[in-house]
Amino acid sequence: MPDVTHHPALAHQFDSLAQQSEATTLGMWVFLVTEVLFFGGLFATYAIYRGWYPDAFAAASHELDVTLGAINTAVLITSSLTMALAVHAAQLGQRKALMVFLAVTMILGAAFLGIKSVEYYHKFVEHHIPGPSFQFEIRISPNDGGNPPGKLADVELLKAHVQIFFSLYFVMTGLHAVHMVIGIGIMLVMLWLAWRGTITDEYYSPIEISGLYWHFVDIVWIFLFPLLYLIGRHAH
Amino acid sequence: MSTGTVFMPPRHYLNDGYGIRSWLLTRDHKRIALLYLAAVTLFFFVGGAFAVLIRLELATPAGDFVSDETYNKLFTMHGVMMVFFFLIPSIPATLGNFLVPIMIGAKDLALPKLNLASWYIYILGGLFTLYALIAGGVDTGWTFYTPFSTVSSTTNVIPTALGIFITGFSSILTGLNFIVTIHRMRAPGMTWFRMPLFLWSMYATSLIMVLGTPVLAITILLVAVERLFHFGFFDPRLGGDPVLFQHLFWFYSHPAVYIMVLPSMGVVSELVAAFCRKQVFGYGFVAFASVAIAVLGFLVWGHHMFVAGQSVYSALIFSALSFLVAIPSAVKVFNWTATMYRGSVSWQTPMLYAIGFIGLFTIGGLTGLFLASVGLDVHVTDTYFIIAHFHYIMVGGTLMGYLGGLHYWWPKISGRLYNEFLAKLSAGIIFLGFNLTFFPQFILGYLGMPRRYHAYPPEFQVLNVLSSAGASILGVGYLIPMLYLMWSLRYGKLAGSNPWGAVGLEWTTTSPPPTENFAESPVVTWDAYDYQTTVTVES
Amino acid sequence: MTGHVLPKRIYYTIFAILMFCTLLTVWIAFLDLGPLNTIAALTIAVFKSVLVILFFMHVKYSPRLTWAVVIGSVFWLGILLVLTMGDYLTREWRHYG
Repeated sequence: MPDVTHHPALAHQFDSLAQQSEATTLGMWVFLVTEVLFFGGLFATYAIYRGWYPDAFAAASHELDVTLGAINTAVLITSSLTMALAVHAAQLGQRKALMVFLAVTMILGAAFLGIKSVEYYHKFVEHHIPGPSFQFEIRISPNDGGNPPGKLADVELLKAHVQIFFSLYFVMTGLHAVHMVIGIGIMLVMLWLAWRGTITDEYYSPIEISGLYWHFVDIVWIFLFPLLYLIGRHAH
Repeated sequence: MSTGTVFMPPRHYLNDGYGIRSWLLTRDHKRIALLYLAAVTLFFFVGGAFAVLIRLELATPAGDFVSDETYNKLFTMHGVMMVFFFLIPSIPATLGNFLVPIMIGAKDLALPKLNLASWYIYILGGLFTLYALIAGGVDTGWTFYTPFSTVSSTTNVIPTALGIFITGFSSILTGLNFIVTIHRMRAPGMTWFRMPLFLWSMYATSLIMVLGTPVLAITILLVAVERLFHFGFFDPRLGGDPVLFQHLFWFYSHPAVYIMVLPSMGVVSELVAAFCRKQVFGYGFVAFASVAIAVLGFLVWGHHMFVAGQSVYSALIFSALSFLVAIPSAVKVFNWTATMYRGSVSWQTPMLYAIGFIGLFTIGGLTGLFLASVGLDVHVTDTYFIIAHFHYIMVGGTLMGYLGGLHYWWPKISGRLYNEFLAKLSAGIIFLGFNLTFFPQFILGYLGMPRRYHAYPPEFQVLNVLSSAGASILGVGYLIPMLYLMWSLRYGKLAGSNPWGAVGLEWTTTSPPPTENFAESPVVTWDAYDYQTTVTVES
Repeated sequence: MTGHVLPKRIYYTIFAILMFCTLLTVWIAFLDLGPLNTIAALTIAVFKSVLVILFFMHVKYSPRLTWAVVIGSVFWLGILLVLTMGDYLTREWRHYG
């Protein structure tokens, strides 16, 4: 083991780069725990209202574009692959490959956001944003199978419940998109660090923990896609 | 007491740079602790000013001092300031920040920049909330119940909510930093079971901060979005459920009570050991009780909602689980008492606070059992019984521990001793004033006086006057330490490294400690509170 | 450093499985399986997440503490979901009594 105590990246409070890397990695994991619970509050809200209003959720879900959603899922999974490959390149000290993979990851992230904004634009045009200007036409017949007695929704009630779906849709995907934007910003910083030569096979924990963040954001989408886009699709 | 040679070290963290930048851009956990100390003290006195106005209004039955709307804002701002800006950061961000690295023998927290960032985030959140206050206040109560907060209230809900949202991140970052530090920065030989119990309680507190705060953040965000954009999450007009807000809110806000009281328990463990010159009785039990409280604290939130419309079966489960929290809490109280038994107790100021804590926390905890049982809780929900109960926990518990800890470690922080007579006097005043303020409220609540009203029937006046009188005594009690502690900064006698003759790594370095905490990184070969072997070596 | 360098082909394999699962979850959504639709969608999502966590995030090769953190976060999410849902699922019970 070479003497790494004087490595330029070693902060004063640590004894070794290994300790520093372990500490920052743990820090990122703990941060991701807070993210799990942050989104967890939304998933709990989603679960309750989907349980209460299955028809409204199915009707509203049909308004979302499965093709775009699926493409976006694929884009995001691909970006996770390139992110993993970026960490791999960093571990081996391959500066050029690292920069390429980081750049590709950013481009895929931006593509995701682009597709997402197209979807948002459609929803805006169709007045599917909840609030006073909300409009909704029911295209599939309400399926009364999942309704507890006395809860069969009439059309107006169904429309109200559809607003709850869209409120959740916009907040869940919106917060996810905010995380993507932050992720792209982090990648930009990482690209700069890689370009400057700060990242070496001895010191790559910034890349590693940025990767953890990126993969986490991917995981959130892995849940959002089926929960928002794929409800009761067979009813068509 | 072991005095040895008392001197002011030539080089320490306080004289390591004097400029404003050396404070505002510091990465030193000790300086950040002092930044937090100044800020939480400010918010404490702001919150306290609201309490003064509340008690003034309640001195007479008629609503003659402030209007009902102003009164609503007063108790809301009192709650918001005290809970989010004083109680939650009080011990972790000040004493915790100062002591966690020193107690484990580290040079600093693992993530010093994040630590400084957390202070700025805290201040930013505070500014938003102060803005809300200056712009006319907010009247929802600190709990922001929907639909009042999202639909009805016409006051500054959004800035206050944003302030709390932002401040939450400072809490998360502090907790994260402590967890990482305790896992990764312990000095050689400092095993988990050699750690002082204060660190166990800090660790447990950090777990709650990290696991609970994000849920509050998302809940507050949903309230803000619903209010701003008329989205529907809790709005009954769209089929939303206001009770869901309460679930999410209390998922954080019940454990938050343990964010407030666990650190105090950690302080008391330190104080009892130091002033009884004994190993804490049942060290392992006390350590695990902290973790148990942190975990169980997440399973009981429904006891805030017994009358809110949740299912009766759910209420029963929450009730049963709530009783469980009494077990680790009682373990702690019994073990502190057992530590004192046959110890050579010295009655110095910090110990007075520790004793005060044990007594008041016991009353607060036992009345908590009343509230955990569904039937009795329905009777006293939203009465002064609740107010009295949680003030016994938060003021009698948290604040007593905070002041006790501040007095115990003040010589370490400042390098100087305060006036012991004034300190004992004010500890006595606070204890008396506190009980006079809040004990009558138990009776008032049991008799049926509801909380959050600015007027009340005349037959409640005697008890209310007692309470208001107690509050003014309490206020004086809080001002005195402020004065003599400030005074001691300049004129106090030099403390020396170890004025109490206590054991623990923080007492092995100079007072105040150097910026890097220890001249040489310590190697630990002894257990916490090892008074049998260590004291003889020191004296 | 602490890192564990995995061969690249593991990443490509995981990527292929994730893409396949995405197609699978869309395909299944268009079949009428009743309540099983939701269960299938969630099972696939959980499976995909576990793959990402274990391989892309290297948890399989990480210290036990990392495992504890991951499991802890899922456990606390479970507390939130179970105790909240517990209320909603039992509210109606009285009416059927």
